[in-house]
Amino acid sequence: MTSELHIQERSIVVPGQVLATGLDYLPSKGTYRFNETIRANRLGLAQVDGKVLKTIPLAGRYLPQKGDLVVGRISDVLMSGWRVDLNTMYDAVLSLAEASNEYIKKGEDLTRYFAIEDYLVCKVTQVTSQNLVDVSVRGPGLRKLTGGMVFEVSSSKVPRIIGKRGSMVTMIKKGTDCDVMVGQNGVVWVSGEPKMQRLAFDTIKMIEEHSHHAGLTQQVKEFLEEVTGREVE
Amino acid sequence: MESPCQEIHGGKTMNDTMKKNFHDALRKGVRRDGRALTQFRDIEIEYGVSSTSHGSARVKAGNAEIIAGVKIDVGAPYPDTPDEGSLMVSTEMLPLSHRKFEGGPPGIDSIEAARVVDRTIRESKAMDLKGLCIEQGEKIWFVAVDLMPVSYDGNMIDLGVIAAMAALQDARLPKLDEDGRPLLEELSDEKLPLNELPIAVTVFKYADQYLIDPSEVEERAYDARLTIGSLANGHLCSLQKGGEGPLTVEDIEHMFDLGVSTAQDLRKHFQ
Repeated sequence: MTSELHIQERSIVVPGQVLATGLDYLPSKGTYRFNETIRANRLGLAQVDGKVLKTIPLAGRYLPQKGDLVVGRISDVLMSGWRVDLNTMYDAVLSLAEASNEYIKKGEDLTRYFAIEDYLVCKVTQVTSQNLVDVSVRGPGLRKLTGGMVFEVSSSKVPRIIGKRGSMVTMIKKGTDCDVMVGQNGVVWVSGEPKMQRLAFDTIKMIEEHSHHAGLTQQVKEFLEEVTGREVE
Repeated sequence: MESPCQEIHGGKTMNDTMKKNFHDALRKGVRRDGRALTQFRDIEIEYGVSSTSHGSARVKAGNAEIIAGVKIDVGAPYPDTPDEGSLMVSTEMLPLSHRKFEGGPPGIDSIEAARVVDRTIRESKAMDLKGLCIEQGEKIWFVAVDLMPVSYDGNMIDLGVIAAMAALQDARLPKLDEDGRPLLEELSDEKLPLNELPIAVTVFKYADQYLIDPSEVEERAYDARLTIGSLANGHLCSLQKGGEGPLTVEDIEHMFDLGVSTAQDLRKHFQ
């Protein structure tokens, strides 16, 4: 039997829609194999990457995946770790061993490291089939976030905010002199001079709103240059 | 520029480092939605939004939206006030209005909002309760106001008073049948005996800055607040202090001025 592709790149697909027939194509994120067909399991844009089929969701909650860099909020201090809110339907756990490079003694006051309402950049180290999520703050760039402000964007717009190889977020950082951290979970942290911090907030919200526009990078560049009155490379 | 989306991640409070960042921004006069520190959001009042109530109103301020409904019934007066009608305000923080609210018995915010709105209207003598007496010691009008945020975005008390007053202005007494029982479906043309328009303005203190009409996020970082209920002639009718921080005499004087002058501006939004 010959394999056949039924959709075009970036066409809108609905759950259950047949993307391809035959065994030559492979299902990836947002698709599944059903007998001889590959079908979409969410509403989104189809993506064909060689023989691999994906759907890019148009909206929806963040689903944690191993290796994601996320911004989390400490929601509880446990006996031997912390509960972390990753803006998803499952709570994550940060265990003592993954919290610090220092040795943490038994019975120590854990709020010395992280207290409730603290924010941190962490990495998802494990997602079990029961959706128990583990995160770690050990690794380059992973840390507690102090100061600044935190807000949410749709997690499906995160790739647009980060840009190709971080181009968009680098431009925002340069244009506003702010520290910016965009988590894959759609939680964004910015820190800098108050007016610039708000400009970064407005810029990111603008990107979220106009994410489907072509030439967005240029538009954002012009916006930043107009507001700050200086050139942004 | 007012930012369209203010959905901000997090719980009910803010950690100290973020609070400091927030206070620093206020010191430079920067609010998250671009307003001035003492600028109220644009208010929109809509009357008669519910066909099943005796009077209703919807108040919108930015992302905040509150619906007030009035229900009027005939009841027996309280023994200590045989010639006075009865007024009751209650609020329910709907879980759909914000993720921080959950179902179940009312929380402390909800109880406080209801009591302060009730106090502001009651103590202003805005409603002539004697005018709600049908038969002394026997029958009175019982007026219940329900406040519900449909979309919660801070400043429940101030917006609650505006919504409650608008709904009371909109309300009509129900018709009575031959036995003097109210026909709950049929309204007369008779309005409630209102003769004042009390407005509450809560002034929030953040470090050394004063701010009014905070959004939900801004509410997470305040030190102290004072709700000031006032009348058109500038007289005070209710107060409520909240928050853990202390207030000095100078603070309170400043808050009074700000609260009363803001209330005068808000009064212009009424019909």
